[in-house]
Amino acid sequence: MNLLLIILIPLLTAVAVLLSRNKQQVKWISFAGAIAQLTLSLVLFFAFRNERAAGNTAQMLFEQNHPLFPAWNINFHLGVDGISVAMILLTSFVLIAGVLVSWNIEKMTKEFYFLLILLALGAFGFFISLDLFVLFFFLEISVIPKYLLIGIWGSGKKEYSANKLALMLMGGSALILVGILGLYFSSGRSFDLLQLSKLNISTSTQHVIFPLLFVGFGVFTALFPFHTWVPDGHSSAPTAGSMFLAGISMKLGGYGCLRVATYLLPEGAKEYASIIIVLSAIAILYGAFATMMQKDLKYINAYSSVSHVGFSLLGIAMLTQTAMTGAVMQMVSHGVMTALFFAVIGMIYDRTHTRMVGDMGGLMKVMPFITTVLFIVGLCSLGLPGLSGFVAEMTVFVGSWENADAFHRIATIAAAASIVVTAVYILRAIGQTAMGPIKAEYLQLKDATWNERLAAIILVAGIVAIGVAPFWLNDLLKPAIEVIMSKIAGK
Amino acid sequence: MTEPGLYQILFISAALFFIGVYGFLTRRNLITMLMSVELILNSVNLNFIAFNKYLWPGRMDGLFFAVFIVAIAAAEAAVAIAIIINLYRSHKSIDVKNAEELKY
Amino acid sequence: MPNATTIALIPLLPLAGFLLLGLFGRTAFKNSAGIIGTLLLLASTVLAVYTAYDYFTNSSVDFYRREVPLQLTWLRFSENLSIDMGILLDPISVMMIVVVTFVSLMVHIYSLGYMKGEERYPTYYAFLSLFTFSMLGLVLSSNLFQMYIFWELVGVSSFLLIGFYYNKPSAVSAAKKAFIVTRFADLGFLIGILVLSFYSGTLDFNTLIARLTSPESSELKTAVTSSFLGISGLSWALVLIFIGGAGKSAMFPLHIWLPDAMEGPTPVSALIHAATMVVAGVYLVARLFPIFAISAPAVLEFVGWIGAISAIIAAIIACTQTDIKRVLAYSTMSQIGFMMFALGVSKYGGEEGLGYTASMFHLFTHAMFKALLFLGAGAVIHYVHSNEIKDMGGLRKKLPITHITFLIACLAIAGVPPFAGFFSKEEILLAAYENNTPIYWIALITSGLTAFYMFRLYFGIFWSKPSHLSQMPIHSGERAGGEVHKGEGGFAMMLPLILLAIGAAAAGFIPFGKYVSSDGTPLETKFHLVFSVAPVVLGLTGIFTAMWLYKKQNTRPDKLAASLNGFYKTAYNKFYIDEVYLFITKKILFNLVGKPAAWFDKNVVDGLINFTGNTTQILSGKIKKIQSGKVQQYAIYFLAGVIGLALLFIYVWK
Repeated sequence: MNLLLIILIPLLTAVAVLLSRNKQQVKWISFAGAIAQLTLSLVLFFAFRNERAAGNTAQMLFEQNHPLFPAWNINFHLGVDGISVAMILLTSFVLIAGVLVSWNIEKMTKEFYFLLILLALGAFGFFISLDLFVLFFFLEISVIPKYLLIGIWGSGKKEYSANKLALMLMGGSALILVGILGLYFSSGRSFDLLQLSKLNISTSTQHVIFPLLFVGFGVFTALFPFHTWVPDGHSSAPTAGSMFLAGISMKLGGYGCLRVATYLLPEGAKEYASIIIVLSAIAILYGAFATMMQKDLKYINAYSSVSHVGFSLLGIAMLTQTAMTGAVMQMVSHGVMTALFFAVIGMIYDRTHTRMVGDMGGLMKVMPFITTVLFIVGLCSLGLPGLSGFVAEMTVFVGSWENADAFHRIATIAAAASIVVTAVYILRAIGQTAMGPIKAEYLQLKDATWNERLAAIILVAGIVAIGVAPFWLNDLLKPAIEVIMSKIAGK
Repeated sequence: MTEPGLYQILFISAALFFIGVYGFLTRRNLITMLMSVELILNSVNLNFIAFNKYLWPGRMDGLFFAVFIVAIAAAEAAVAIAIIINLYRSHKSIDVKNAEELKY
Repeated sequence: MPNATTIALIPLLPLAGFLLLGLFGRTAFKNSAGIIGTLLLLASTVLAVYTAYDYFTNSSVDFYRREVPLQLTWLRFSENLSIDMGILLDPISVMMIVVVTFVSLMVHIYSLGYMKGEERYPTYYAFLSLFTFSMLGLVLSSNLFQMYIFWELVGVSSFLLIGFYYNKPSAVSAAKKAFIVTRFADLGFLIGILVLSFYSGTLDFNTLIARLTSPESSELKTAVTSSFLGISGLSWALVLIFIGGAGKSAMFPLHIWLPDAMEGPTPVSALIHAATMVVAGVYLVARLFPIFAISAPAVLEFVGWIGAISAIIAAIIACTQTDIKRVLAYSTMSQIGFMMFALGVSKYGGEEGLGYTASMFHLFTHAMFKALLFLGAGAVIHYVHSNEIKDMGGLRKKLPITHITFLIACLAIAGVPPFAGFFSKEEILLAAYENNTPIYWIALITSGLTAFYMFRLYFGIFWSKPSHLSQMPIHSGERAGGEVHKGEGGFAMMLPLILLAIGAAAAGFIPFGKYVSSDGTPLETKFHLVFSVAPVVLGLTGIFTAMWLYKKQNTRPDKLAASLNGFYKTAYNKFYIDEVYLFITKKILFNLVGKPAAWFDKNVVDGLINFTGNTTQILSGKIKKIQSGKVQQYAIYFLAGVIGLALLFIYVWK
């Protein structure tokens, strides 16, 4: 399995989209590219499993290493472990769904699809690179399309949101860059993740670099109090933009926090773990309470994202095997779930032309399919067993509970208390949109079209696949997390 | 009457320099400002010559520099006047305020 | 012994029904959905009964064995901590699968008539199947976390069914309330599980119970010695788990959702909010009973008191309600209180364990007669199209079968011999009498009240003065699907009533103690005739009082209500518990936590970000002015710079 394919296909698709002549071509080429990418990700997943089953215990599989700029020791080093494979799967699911729900974009269709695929390309590259410089390069690739997607195709105060998002993410990137350079110079000039992980970076250096990297990536994944780009960005972004933003982009940050900050700098992680726990526990509860007061569906989901992503960070900072597995599961689960949520919100908005929950009601009567999906995704969000959210959250809770002191206990209980608040706001949102008496003007609305159905079904399949049979994900992640844990334990 | 020494010449050159600076800062007319610049340059020339004569009488470096500066000043004046003429053509005035637009 | 596949099929058949009807019901099985769901459940019921028969008659092996015929690792957390999907067979789970499948089957059949013509008929059956699946999964769980999983699924199917009439705002808010209140309780359950798993290092029921009951196990020692706020870790865990159970079982003060849940279709109330789901809390306590009884008797006593308080409060409120379904809801709460305190007064093993047996027995008989009451009430509502007692009256001629079966159920719940409720209630009272006298007195009063309010209902519906609604010969109602109908609603609705009535009349003769006991040795239940006198007399008093007050239309009830003015009003308003909750949620959570959080985020956190942005902008605006384009200004800066540097070089860095 050649990992170059993972970035080659989106690249080719993007070029083909640029060269295509009409809207129809653009859509179908993007769709074909997304399908190819999904197939490839599944092939990667099974190839990975086979390799592991065959007893290949190397930390990274399918490695390849090409010198890119030897003078500075920059290499194009690719490789995947379980976490990356899970993330790649997530990205391809979201990509195909994003392509499908944007089917009716009229304004600058070609550019829109180009940017979408470019964003995905950045994410794919990010997840497979093992060289920090290349990793950073791909991270930046994924930022610019977001700015344009919101600024051009957005709604509401889109310029403000686009600027805010781009500036905050760039700020995060700046911290990351400084951190990476710090690593580079304190390690004898290496950007290579695997080499860096074998070095013993002095504790005092780690204490300096860790916060830079963690906060830098934390901005991407809505670490409290750097989360405010999330609500504004999401609410202004077009549907597919929101899906990518929450489903993929926020995961880049989580992945970076885990793979780069925590893995390479375990001493730093231990030093700052309690602060991160406090921040993420605040984000979880406070995000949930803030969600309760929102009236716009997109704001509801954006704030709930802040709350849910808090579980990932909490899991990472708990520094136990189980909690960290839960954190990655939560990233995957939240990625699929929130993408679906935004897709459904987009579908509803396209029909009712409002996102205010108070203005809707009884939509179940006219759009049974869409509201059913809304129910599923809402229930997933509030952690219903059988759907992905439950598995991830419970794993985080059980893992967090392994820390036996009062501080961790209280943080865990606070985080767990959010499940009640989540139930409150999700049921309010669903109750006011889907249930209740319907307004006369909505009686003419139509249910989902084929492309929307397909997008929803793909993502629901993802949610259910994790929720009903979490063991495959668990098995996939386990060896990778063990490596990180043994590094943290100092072996 | 004694022959003027280095100090006297430096005094004159300094006076000339500040007169030039004052003129450059206060005049609005570009030609006058150009003339002030010339004054500054010439005060520098005076310095060069004076130092050359009194400190290193056996060498010519100072004189060369002075000649060099005269040449540059001539070229500079040519360019500056060309710009001023162009400015005059477009604005019918050679006030320095008009040049503010150049920042855009 | 039926093999694992057979048992696994019991919950999986309804799941198949859910998937089939949920995915294709609207298109493919518009009209046949009911039949499909019912047939699948029938198969499941047959399997359940077969399993039970086999389990209890196959005496070659240990009678009370706990068998785990199936266990699959679903999610492994660490070396020995994992969520397994398994099946645990022991007397109570076997009893429960029979109860659940049987009552569910009755409700399925009943709904064939009751829900006929509903727009979302297939969806209704899909949800019913989902519920049955979850409930069976809950009952058969071999792992504490597995139980939590199905616990949540049960909660969500209850939510979906209460909100089935989704365009009715009251139904929607009732559904939300039910879900959120139980969710709150589940939080306790979840934390309890975490605590318990931490101390015991396992989630498997068998290992868990073994580790936390044997006095020499190290897990038990740490669990008991560790303490938080002066209460041992184990007690905390059990109290928290009990909170979960109390939420689901509508124990005081988490009961507020149950009466509102009556907004759902009546057969659903019968199935979920009377016979099966609400007893999940009792089942949970019974499942962990050895731990409660052996290692934390104080917690068990707490359970008993909560049960007793719930029983009496609910009984008092039930006497004043006018909506027949709400009366039944409060009566359910009261009866579950009985089961709960029966567990609470019980001890582990032998004669002392009578309460445990009694509780399970009452659960069993209660399922029969309460389902019957609800289905009977459904038939009445179906006929009258109203839930209010005042709209009914004199229906005994119009609905003869409903009348008789309802009467049987009332006699059963009132504890009149020889109906089922008499036997189970006697055992409970006996257990309470032997172990906890105050609870016994509460229970005695409550059982008198039970008889009173049930017969108030009975006379109000079937006797009294006929109201205009109950006189109309033909109704075209919306509630049951807009069909014009006459009489009692056909065979599909009557068959379950009759079958359940047989159950309610005869279930008491099952020698229950022989099969189900706390420690797994048969318990001989003896009847003390003398002891039975007091409750029966009290019950009959209740019945005759109700007859005196309500059989004929008269002014006595109003006078009575007026003479008890303050108290009556308080009880009528359910002791204002709802208002207290409303105050806490609306005023405190929304206004004092939610709003400030949203405000804080918008103004302080986001304000800081915007402040940074704005400051940068303002600063850059200021800096921009330096580059004015004025040559002379630049010259001044230059000059100042040169002079400054000159001074610096001359005086500072010589």
